[in-house]
Amino acid sequence: MTATPPDAPVIETRDLRKEFVVRVRAGRFRRAKRVVGAVDGIDLTVRRGEMVGYIGPNGAGKSTTLKMLTGVLSPSSGRVRVCGLAPVAQRTRLALRIGVVFGQRSQLWWDLPLRDSFDLLRHVYRVPAAEHAARLRRCRAELDLDGFLDVPVRQLSLGQRMRGELTAALLHGPEVLFLDEPTIGLDVVSRQAVRGFLAELGAAGDTTLVLTTHDLADIERLCRRLVVIDHGRVVHDGSIEALHTRYGSRRQVVADLDEPLAEPPVLPGAPLLRTEADGRRLVFACESATASDVVAGLARVAALRDIAIVEPDIEEVVARLYRTPTPVDSGAVQECSITSTAKVPGASAS
Amino acid sequence: MGSVTATVAPPISRNIIPWFRTFAAITGSGFRRYSTYRQATLAGAFTNTVFGFLRCYVLLAVASGAGGAAAGYSPAQLATFVWVGQGLLAVVLLWRWTELADRIRTGEVASDLLRPVHPVVSYLATDLGRAGYAVLTRFLPPVLTGLLFFDLALPTRWQTVPLFALSVGLAVVICFGCRFLVNATAYWLHDARGAMILWTLGSGVLAGLYFPLRFLPDWIAVPLWLATPFPSLLQTPLDVLVERDGAGIQAGMVAVQLLWVGLVLLTCHLVQRRAEHRLVVQGG
Repeated sequence: MTATPPDAPVIETRDLRKEFVVRVRAGRFRRAKRVVGAVDGIDLTVRRGEMVGYIGPNGAGKSTTLKMLTGVLSPSSGRVRVCGLAPVAQRTRLALRIGVVFGQRSQLWWDLPLRDSFDLLRHVYRVPAAEHAARLRRCRAELDLDGFLDVPVRQLSLGQRMRGELTAALLHGPEVLFLDEPTIGLDVVSRQAVRGFLAELGAAGDTTLVLTTHDLADIERLCRRLVVIDHGRVVHDGSIEALHTRYGSRRQVVADLDEPLAEPPVLPGAPLLRTEADGRRLVFACESATASDVVAGLARVAALRDIAIVEPDIEEVVARLYRTPTPVDSGAVQECSITSTAKVPGASAS
Repeated sequence: MGSVTATVAPPISRNIIPWFRTFAAITGSGFRRYSTYRQATLAGAFTNTVFGFLRCYVLLAVASGAGGAAAGYSPAQLATFVWVGQGLLAVVLLWRWTELADRIRTGEVASDLLRPVHPVVSYLATDLGRAGYAVLTRFLPPVLTGLLFFDLALPTRWQTVPLFALSVGLAVVICFGCRFLVNATAYWLHDARGAMILWTLGSGVLAGLYFPLRFLPDWIAVPLWLATPFPSLLQTPLDVLVERDGAGIQAGMVAVQLLWVGLVLLTCHLVQRRAEHRLVVQGG
């Protein structure tokens, strides 16, 4: 088993596409075939140690992409390599080098206690006993597994099971960990435990993480790189800050004044967004000005009672992104050609 | 000048021994998984024993009506056939295995593809573990009950017991293969219940559970034996144990089982490949 060279991409896709053929009723006895494009030309390069958040609205093609990357779904066209391997053709070899956690499905054995499941995985993945023991020791400590190691999986709470799933996916030391909504349905404490663990794993730099989620707090906490897909296409690939810049979401300075001003102040690089509380509260957006520029400028013209700096809200930006049809390339919206076959962009894949 | 790269296969022992270790570990886990359902085991053993009495008295009545022996079986052989059959029923597990069909329906079968072990091998190893647990908990109670209340036929040839053990092992593998194939219809039908009802009906009659297949005329029994896997599931191990035939036919029937093991596992492999192709191309 050869590890991927440090500078080589761990995941590489070029013009990756997946289309599904769906049969729909076209009359009393007739069925028409429709081609549904779930993933429509995704180019993605992920390097070793990166933590990538892969988000998009329901039916955008997230899970379909993940399935193609893990080898359980073959692409309709395009190129895909994970750890230098073709996922479908070399699925068994790839399985030894990746870990997969599905938040909504279990990979553990329902009737076995976690301890037995982990022991079985050692044999299934043929991990040397010492390596297995060391990894398990680390997971036990960091995910606090000791309280339920001997409980059959069917009796575990969702939070406990998810901690078990994470451990199970990591015991063979995968180079890439794919996580499909790992925090779905978890309570605050479990969610924090899972996030904290993944953050440490990512910080160690050995494991590449690809995370799909609807919980943007996961992304903010874990991923420096955010890939947003919609209608099967990448609409953003970059940092969260770049997303804020691109969509004009800025920090806001909220100033409470002792008395309303006769004239609203004009501050260079910080337009006044709105006035509230009969002119006693002013909200400025920090465009080219910094928050301290705004505060200093305001202090010169008014008596300040209170100041608050509001960070831009990622959920708001992403909601705007989802509502906007493919902002990267407006010509990219797929055409619907309904003859005997029709292409329906972004329809749910599975 | 071009260069030639040659890949040298690793020595067989380097692959085979870890493969067997993995197989044995999965078998062990199968044993542990099924051993967690103790109440079900107890209830099953009790039910098999009760039905043993019913079947035994019916067949003994048939034998007595036929003047002492029926279809070549003495009363003691018939009683052995019934009681050991009641024990074997749970070992080969003729019915009630829906794990694969359930996983196909829920989509969890995709997880099977994410493991570095072939799904047929993995399910087979688990099933052998299950069968091992059933030998201890489901086979012995009816057999011991039979020994206690009825006059059973004990083996007279030295090779009967090892042949019987081999025959049971082969029956477990054939039955696993058949169940796997019945379950796998869910890949295409989405719900395997129809196929399972047909299997339950067919296997009960044709495997020799409801009555020994030797009650049928030869022109039905022989083609049934050779052209279908059903008699290899129950009838063959039981006929081997009660020494219904001479030593040659006794060994020949086990050889037929061996052929069926090969054929059924090959079919499982091919069906799994088709199913994976379908899953991988069309989505789960």
